[in-house]
Order: sequence, then structure tokens, then C-alpha cells
Amino acid sequence: MYFKQKELHHFNKASGSNGEILKPHLLDVDTFSQEDFNLTFSIANKMKSIYTNGPKKSPLLRGKTITTLFYEPSTRTRISFESAAKMLSADVINLSVDGSSTKKGESFFDTMLTLQSSNIDLVIIRHNHSGAPYLAAKYLNKTLVINAGDGLHAHPTQALADMFTLAQHMKTLKGKKILIVGDVAHSRVARSNLIALCALGAKPIICGPPNLIPWDLFQNIHNSSSSPFKGIQINTNLDQAIVDVDVVMALRLQSERHAKGALPSLREYANLWQVTSSRLAKASPNVLLMHPGPMNIGVEISQEVAYSTNSVIQEQVSNSIAIRMAILLLMTDQSEALNV
Amino acid sequence: MYKSLFLKNGRIIDPSQKIDSVGSLLISNGKIQNLLLNNVNSASIPKDCLIIDCEGMIICPGFIDLHTHLREPGFEYKETISSGALAAAKGGFTTICSMPNTNPCPDNASIVRDLIKIGDNTKLRILPIGCITINRKGESIVEMSDLAQAGVIGFSDDGDALKRSDLIREALLYSTITGLPIITHCEDPSLITGKGINEGWVSSRLGLHSSPSIAEETMVARDIEMARLTGGKLHLAHISTEGSVRLIRDAKKRKINITAEATPHHILLSEDWIMGWAENEEKNLTGPSILSYVTKNTYDTNSKVSPPLRAKKDSQAILGAINDGTIDVIATDHAPHSYFDKATTWDDAAVGISGLETALGLLMTAANKKLLTLDRMISSLTTGPVSVLGLKWKELESLKENTIADITIINPHKKWMVDSSLFLSKGRNTPLDGMELEGKIAYTIRNGEIIYTDK
Repeated sequence: MYFKQKELHHFNKASGSNGEILKPHLLDVDTFSQEDFNLTFSIANKMKSIYTNGPKKSPLLRGKTITTLFYEPSTRTRISFESAAKMLSADVINLSVDGSSTKKGESFFDTMLTLQSSNIDLVIIRHNHSGAPYLAAKYLNKTLVINAGDGLHAHPTQALADMFTLAQHMKTLKGKKILIVGDVAHSRVARSNLIALCALGAKPIICGPPNLIPWDLFQNIHNSSSSPFKGIQINTNLDQAIVDVDVVMALRLQSERHAKGALPSLREYANLWQVTSSRLAKASPNVLLMHPGPMNIGVEISQEVAYSTNSVIQEQVSNSIAIRMAILLLMTDQSEALNV
Repeated sequence: MYKSLFLKNGRIIDPSQKIDSVGSLLISNGKIQNLLLNNVNSASIPKDCLIIDCEGMIICPGFIDLHTHLREPGFEYKETISSGALAAAKGGFTTICSMPNTNPCPDNASIVRDLIKIGDNTKLRILPIGCITINRKGESIVEMSDLAQAGVIGFSDDGDALKRSDLIREALLYSTITGLPIITHCEDPSLITGKGINEGWVSSRLGLHSSPSIAEETMVARDIEMARLTGGKLHLAHISTEGSVRLIRDAKKRKINITAEATPHHILLSEDWIMGWAENEEKNLTGPSILSYVTKNTYDTNSKVSPPLRAKKDSQAILGAINDGTIDVIATDHAPHSYFDKATTWDDAAVGISGLETALGLLMTAANKKLLTLDRMISSLTTGPVSVLGLKWKELESLKENTIADITIINPHKKWMVDSSLFLSKGRNTPLDGMELEGKIAYTIRNGEIIYTDK
């Protein structure tokens, strides 16, 4: 289904050839249908039992070579992908910019050609430039691409992990009020999550300083029925926005990306937009608290909230491995072996 | 070899003389000998003369491009003066003005003289624009009088705005001794987080740092007031926003000595183009259809240009301003780049569109759709530029008898497909690749010599 759905969207067809399917790159969740989400979640469920009940090894990806190519530092995403691939018996090569030829001036284009010529089956790309994985997908015709976060644009596997986490706590997201609070403008996680939430019928609310809300959302220009962002509410006042919500997703304040002097102080930020226990008390009683990490405790989230019983932050981490295993299987066509 | 040319029975459009009628032109010795606005009988056509049947074609004064990047010296892998000249002739231009962001840049008379010498070896009339400040650094004004004597037709630090308000004031005031225009690129760098894409729904959707309209408008406002204060001649390059149009309209009402230009891409394309076109979709002036999700054709670096393609309301305002004359000039801002300058991530890609060879096709397509009047299209490419260049170049704008025979002949309904691999420019960076346009240059004639023929 995941693949069939892709047929509709030209970007996954092998271009210029005789119509055969497909290069199922995973670039963002904006092309996912409800069925695609469900299929991914059901495989992730099986994967979860593999690595929680052990043995933490399955031969499904034996003989596949997977490269992680990171142009930006990362701990959790990289470890998560690497352990997912290794549990499925793939051979994993880790490339980071420091260790690659990019330092010697090699272009992105040539790096892609090198990957292709080395018969790499799948490359997982993290890049500080928005759109880089799309460019990779344009160049590569044998190697599959997974977007592990590009610039300010998208982080599809994190969004899938977050949706998977929610799916384990609630039957459906339809009509659920999901509050995303913080530095939305600089968050690729928020972008992909908003797309997924809208697709799954949730009612997202965005809260944060007006200059940290993406321009298009703040101007509320997504009226067209085809927009992946339609129906999102904006409220800069956290005390109002948090009332009765079912889920709170806190985001890291990405101070390193802000224009100098654009925010008065961390103190004022925390006063106005920190998720605290008193604020969380205004939400629905069983509210789930999420954070994609890494957290700035005491800035966007208070310590007692981060480690409270409402928090599913650690589940997000372990679910992300299961989701990434599922994605690897789906993309390499190995999911049928599971009879889902 | 024929001594004379006879352009027979075309639709002659010469906005400088308010002519739009069927007629013929006799050209000899590089000059327009006769302009005949009545039916010609073949007996009156002189012998030894090449006859071009212009039935169904438009004959107009040769186009003048006020804004061309020729890259030489310094970036010859992107374009040379000679390759740029060939591209210009193919685009119907007989005169082009070269922008000074080269390396070294024309901030002194000897480089200007070199440029003129190289330009004279081409078939085109190439008029160099000098820098406003030494090395385009925005720190110290060039020897304007010396440059003017060497042959520059204006001063510009194009590519960058002059950050220092005091220097634009001094430059405008000092330039009055030359009578030449100061040409400004209006984008306040402090308001730009990333070049080449408008701050709008596309930049936001794609997570790209951007350049807001306000960055242009604050600079346009500043430079207009400086022109008012100093009496200097100000020409605003590549205007792209609705707000700028409002400011220019107001300034002209106040009789401030300014002129303004817009590019074909700012007149007719929008930021939507960056979202990319579906594989089998026909490109058209309405823009791409897939706007709800990102494809591998998104982040189209060939649509990365400075100032950026704006919202549709902006391009509509620019189009209106061309039609009503608020904007005087259409210029290409031809900015050629090599393949690998563009074949990279959006953030790393070079800024600019190779525009000489598609300008007329794009404009004519719009004119055929009645979006743009034919009269304004042609005057923006002839009398408009001459109003910036000054009286010295007055001859270039018209088809009057005994003036220089610079002539462009357009086949207004010929359909053709943009194929960047056939460009004569070294820069194949165009978002229009694969688009069908209606209207093509048939002949370009400079000094009475045919310098381009469409085969």
C-alpha cells in the first residue's frame, strides 16, 4: 500500500523508464495516506516485539548495505537508525561530514555518485540545508533515500515515531486537540508532525512567540482544501492554548538559529511559554506530554513535567527505533515476509 | 554581398513615433533609408537588395537590455562577452548594458576601455555600466567623470545594495556632473535571511531562509527620497513587489527624477515556480499545480533569483505597472551560471536566471494572451531604456529615416519550446526549460547587418 500509494506521485517513479515501480524514497510524510500510516504502524508493532522480547536480531535485511550520511551532528537519530538497521542484519556504514571528502571540497553531486557506484542500497541523509534529500533522490537511481532531517523543512521518521506513540495511547487522532508549543519556525519536527496530524484528522494548535511561528501559518493562508496545513489554530498565549488539549508537544528552543537579539531573554521565554505542571493541569486529565529531544530543561519544559507520569518522551525514543525498522523493511520490499 | 536590405510589408511598430501600421523599410549603409507606410509596388524596390518578406511579422526598433551580466572578466566559465552577445542577438537585442559585478570590476577607466574594446569585436553594441564604489565594496565612490569619459552609461553596484545611506546620497549628488544614472539594486541586507526566495508561503513550507518584500521596499523608499534630495538621476533595477510599485507611482506623481525596470520573470512568474512542475505537466503562465506536497522537482534552483520571484499579487502589480508606464523598462537581468553552480542544494546554489534568449518569447506569450499590451512591451524595450541612457542614444529608439538601422523582427505567433541545451548563452539556468512559448525573434539587425536569423 505504501508503495501503491506512491504511484500517484510522480517523484517515486523511476523516471523515463517503462513505468515500473518505484523508487520508494522516504522524503516527508506529505504523501502518506491514512493506509500508509496504518501499515507502517502495524509493522512497527511487530518490530517493537522483536527488540523488546529479543533476540534483538532478525535476518530480514541481510546483505543490504545502508549508509548514514550526516552533514549535521546528531546522536539520537543516528543511533536510532543504526540500531534499527543492525537489528535487521543490514551492514551499516556511517559517514559524517568530518570524515568524508566533503571537507576536501567534494560536491554533494559527486558524493551521491560515489554512493551509487558503491552499490549502497539505502542512504539515510541528515543535512543542514532544506531540500538536500530531495536533491539526492533526483540524482540517485539505484540507491534509496531516507530523509533523517533536512534544514528547517522535514523530519518524517520522527513524525512517524510520534504518531506511532500517539496511536499506542489513543484509538484515533480524529478530533484530538494537539498543542505544539515553542519554536515552531525552526522545527522540522513540527512541520512534519503538523502534516501528519492534519492527515490523521487531529486538530493541531500552535503556540509560541509570534516571531517563532512560521510565516505561512501565522498569516493563516492555508485555506485551500489541498493544503496539508489547513485548519491549524494559532494562539500565542499558552495559558489559553493549553486548555483541554489531549497532547502537548514541546519543542526545543533553537537559539542557535535565531537572529541576534530577536528574543528578549530565556527568562521571559520561560515565563510565557514553558510547559509547567500548573499549566499542564489545565489540559485534559490524561494529557500526553511529548518532546522530540534534545530538551532544554528549564527553558521550554520544566523538570517536574519532563519526568512526570504524563510524559511519553522515553517511549518516543524506543518507538522511533521500531518505526525506523518498519520503514527500512517497507522500502526494501521485505515487509511481505512478515505477512502483515 | 547585398548593400541594402528591404524589409517588406511587415507590421511596423515604433512607439517613439507612435507608429503601428503595415509598411516597409529600406536599409542601406547601416542606416534606415526609407520608412514606407503605404503599399509598396515591387518596381520601387531597388536592385541589389536583399528582400525580407515580413508579412505577419512585427518590425520594431532593436531591443535594448539595460541589465545584462556578461561575467567577463573573472567568470568566463559562466559567460563571456562574445557568448553573451550571441545570446543577446538571438533574443532580439541590438544593444546590451553590461553589469559590473565582474572580477576585476570596472571601477576605473582602463578596465572600461578594455571592456569596450572586447565588446566592439562582437556584433552587438555593448555599453558598460561602471561601479558606484571601488571594488563594489560600498566604501568609496569611483572616479565618475573619468569613467563617464571612458564610456560607461551609468553606475551600479548591482548584486548588492549600497548599505551606507550617506554614500548613496553622495553618489547621487556627485553623479549629476556626469548626467548619468545611478542604478540601484534595492534589497536591505539586514532584512534578508536567505537570498533568492521570497518570504512567503513557499519559503515557509520548504523551510528556506528568505528575502521579504519589505527588504526591497525600504530601500526603494530610501533611494527615491535621496533622488529627490540630490536631484541625481536614479534608476531602480529589477522591481519586484507591489509595495515598490506604489512607491514609484507616488514618486513619479511628485516629479522626482527616477526610472524603474522589471524583468520578464518578475512580470510573469511567481514564487510557486519553486514548488516545481509535475513530470508531465505543461508549463504555463498560471504556475505549477502541485502545491500541497513537495516533490523532487521542488527546490528548483533555476528559479532562485535575486530579487526573488514574489507572490502572484506582486507579479500582477508589476504587470500593471508595465502596462500603465509606471515602470519604464523591461530588462532581462540575464544572469548566466554554469550547471554545477545550480546543481546543488538551494542554500548553496547561485542566484540568477539566464534570460536573454527567453525574454521576448515570454513577453510575447503574455502579449498574445492580452496580459501585456504590444505597444508597452516594445516601448519598454526601446524608448524606456533610452530614457535611462539619455539623449546621446536617442537614435536607437526609433525607426526614423537617416538613423542607425538597429531593428528587431518578431514572428509573433510562432510557437517554440524552450530548450536550454540550444542556448547560445553558456548559462542554461532557466526555469522555463520545456515550456512552450508563442512568439519568437525572426531577425535581429544591427547597423544594417543581419546578426541573427531564426532558421
